[in-house]
Amino acid sequence: MELKDTRVIKADPATVWKAILDPEVLKQCVPGCQEMTGDAETGFTATVVQRVGPVKATFKGIVNLSDLNAPHSLTISGEGQGGVAGFAKGGADVTLTPNGSGTELAYNVEAKVGGKLAQLGSRIIDSFASKMADQFFQKFQEIVEGGGAPAASTAQPAKQGGFWAWLKRLFGGA
Amino acid sequence: MTEGIGARVLRKEDKRFITGKGRYTDDIIEPNQAYAAFVRSPHAHANVKGIDASAALAMEGVVDVLNGHQLTGDGIGNIICGWGVTSKDGTPMNMGAWSALATEKVRYVGDAVAVVIADSAEIAKLAAESVVVDYETLPVVVGSVEALADGAPQIHENAPGNLIFDWEIGNKEPTDAALASAEHIVEMDIVNNRLAPNPMEPRSAIATFNESEDHYTLYTTSQNPHVARLVLSAFYNVAPEHKLRVIAPDVGGGFGSKIYIYPEEITCLWASMKTNRSVKWTSDRTEAFLTDAHGRDHVTHAKMGFDKNHKIVGLRVNTKANLGAYMSLFSSATPTYLYATLLSGQYNIENVYADVQGVYTNTVPVDAYRGAGRPEASFVMERMMETAARQLGVDPAELRLKNFVKEFPHQTPVIMAYDSGDFAANQKQAMDAADYKGFEKRRTEAAKRGKLRGIGFSNYIEACGIAPSAAVGSLGAGVGLWESAEVRVNPVGTIEILTGSHSHGQGHETTFAQIVAERFGLPTENVAIVHGDTDKVQFGMGTYGSRSGAVGMSAIVKAMDKVEAKVKKIGAHVLEASEDDIIIEDGAVKVKGTDKQMLWHEVGLAAYTAHNIPEGMEPGLKESAFYDPSNFTFPAGCYICEVEVDPETGVTKIIQFTASDDFGTIINPMIVEGQVHGGLAQGIGQAMFEGVVYDPDGQQLSASYMDYCMPRADDVPMYQVMHQSTECPGNPLGMKGCGEAGAIGSPPAVINAITDAIGNNNLNMPATPSAVWAALQEASKQAAE
Repeated sequence: MELKDTRVIKADPATVWKAILDPEVLKQCVPGCQEMTGDAETGFTATVVQRVGPVKATFKGIVNLSDLNAPHSLTISGEGQGGVAGFAKGGADVTLTPNGSGTELAYNVEAKVGGKLAQLGSRIIDSFASKMADQFFQKFQEIVEGGGAPAASTAQPAKQGGFWAWLKRLFGGA
Repeated sequence: MTEGIGARVLRKEDKRFITGKGRYTDDIIEPNQAYAAFVRSPHAHANVKGIDASAALAMEGVVDVLNGHQLTGDGIGNIICGWGVTSKDGTPMNMGAWSALATEKVRYVGDAVAVVIADSAEIAKLAAESVVVDYETLPVVVGSVEALADGAPQIHENAPGNLIFDWEIGNKEPTDAALASAEHIVEMDIVNNRLAPNPMEPRSAIATFNESEDHYTLYTTSQNPHVARLVLSAFYNVAPEHKLRVIAPDVGGGFGSKIYIYPEEITCLWASMKTNRSVKWTSDRTEAFLTDAHGRDHVTHAKMGFDKNHKIVGLRVNTKANLGAYMSLFSSATPTYLYATLLSGQYNIENVYADVQGVYTNTVPVDAYRGAGRPEASFVMERMMETAARQLGVDPAELRLKNFVKEFPHQTPVIMAYDSGDFAANQKQAMDAADYKGFEKRRTEAAKRGKLRGIGFSNYIEACGIAPSAAVGSLGAGVGLWESAEVRVNPVGTIEILTGSHSHGQGHETTFAQIVAERFGLPTENVAIVHGDTDKVQFGMGTYGSRSGAVGMSAIVKAMDKVEAKVKKIGAHVLEASEDDIIIEDGAVKVKGTDKQMLWHEVGLAAYTAHNIPEGMEPGLKESAFYDPSNFTFPAGCYICEVEVDPETGVTKIIQFTASDDFGTIINPMIVEGQVHGGLAQGIGQAMFEGVVYDPDGQQLSASYMDYCMPRADDVPMYQVMHQSTECPGNPLGMKGCGEAGAIGSPPAVINAITDAIGNNNLNMPATPSAVWAALQEASKQAAE
């Protein structure tokens, strides 16, 4: 599945770029992330707990940042093994474009799942991935606009607004 | 006799089933039993680089974690396909190795790589989750057409290009010549959708190794426990046959999926020996979607030629059959000898040629599923006939009538010799009951309500009573397909029938007792049917292909012939009469024309006390027989489906479904009607609701009832089921078989009706509302152009 979205962050591209490379920020933005170690150069190892429809799983996996083109674009990719629950992998191409005093962050996410996740969750995978991406970038936006200081709080569900978000909630389920 | 042949005797087995007292495999509890949970691949194609079971082994309650290297190391043999099919060029089929637990490579999502044995099912499942398998993923191919394409991922080394066999049947050159000179040609691409079998009871096994006797006992959900024992012994090297008892107790539906001997049963037996515990495994529903052999999955191109009088002059068919990642037990026969041999349909066609490519893909193995090849054949024939009628501008019933086989026996160009039938009589009966004449009026009325009404025919023929042993042996079968029976008359006159047939919903305990009641004039309650246990019944080939009546009951009849002969001798001796004057009726042995008689139990007692039996006669009253059929049997019929489509939503409602079947002799009309009802529901399920969906990575997206749509009660109409029978000349009771007809005949009737309603013949199964709606949009777009 693929999904695209954009959001405007009230900070200049350099600030946004710096935040993306910050492992503490990344950890807080990955929904359900319990643990993350590593760095932007060599990649991160992460433990993520998520529930997809009827399947709850602990994913152990890696997150890599690649195609770094400061402060314009990069690719965030991840791959997690969830044991009997199956696996999930995905990537997001992110571009940053100056927008007035802020930055337009555009992302293009591609996600794949396998095993039990696909067998039981395929109907809701699209909405799930969309929710994950929303949560990730919403949290990212909050952190950057809040001054970039990563507070050690758990990720909150994204606040969504407007018609499309309403539709997503209506059909998304998960 | 009120309980004899033709009586609507209520099912004797239902008392225990409907009061929850059935005894299924999962109900069996052995002392000290452990539970198996399988570690299954989440990838459709991958090399297995390593398995780390250390975390699982460290868990409390885990007995052991076993893998494929250990299994093959212990000499457990690879899983076999029991029917060798030869390609056009004379080469044998290319069968890849299939180990019960994968060693180097996994080839479909669900392929097991290890098994956890633990004290409870919960611990086993949790521990299985903690087994870490290092997979190196490989490219995946899901469809048969894609798998045959150049550059497709190679699934088994010894099947180059994923081609298992390239098989043919019929007369090629004459068929091509007939098509070349035909007045009209009808040509179509036809897809037969992949189905999951979905028996109500999931598969289950419990294996016990008795070390002191070197003996194994396996309770399993099998349609043919003797065949399971044979294969487990002879090919998988679990134990010799006399050291292995296989019991299939109450089994809750099979539809073909429980014919095969699966990796799980083999693994439970082996693991029981390894751990010295009884090992139980019961599939959950998603595991069933992932591992029960699927059905159908054909991609076909067909070409039919007609002369100027609309007589069929030739039919040429090419089919690509997706057999999945491994060859299941009868996977080679299902899309060849059980399919293409029916491609003459009910029609007199001089020239038929078909070729079939069997193909490996990264999907669940595909094998026989209710109908096994014949639904695919009838779908091709009956979609072609309906399409031809539309293209030729003639009435579909008339076109069929014109081409029916009318004289029997009839030899088709594709092996089968039809022995009996009256296709026109079935068609007339169905047309009258469906009020075919009044259809146009109903269509007009529906149009006033904004609904699109359509009607469709399906005049199916199929082959049951599998099968003459020598004939199937010459075609590659690894077994003979006879059946055995034993009739034990007890000293008190009650009777036990031991049969090699297996009942998993068919009602044998009732119908088999009825033929005894008919023969000896005894109440059915005095008759018990014993089946499903290799220690009780000497041998049997099991139940599939609607063979229990035509083959299984014929064996019982043969054994009853022997009992009758002995009873008459005893009767003549005791009653001091000539054997020719002895008759058996109303539970008594009588001297014709006199009032001299012995009651049935008196005969039994005489046989067992042996105080007064003819000189030289052995005591006792027990006879057995093996029956090998002389031909297949050919159930046939005419199905008419009438639908209404809502053009706004694509939702289709079946208004009326009429079935006129020729099953030969019917023992119990109530049970036969039940079989037809169930078969129709499954066929309607295939036509409108069901379909296994894979994504391009080989992930099965329809592996639960949230995504795999089974027909529900309100999806099917009140059926009009009727019979118009001709007796089968090939077996003593004149039976043809009824277990699969509904599922074989109904899909084309439904699709013919829907395509008639929407005016677009381009519609694949399942005809879901979205598919029907899309076809409607396509039709209106074409109309606008």
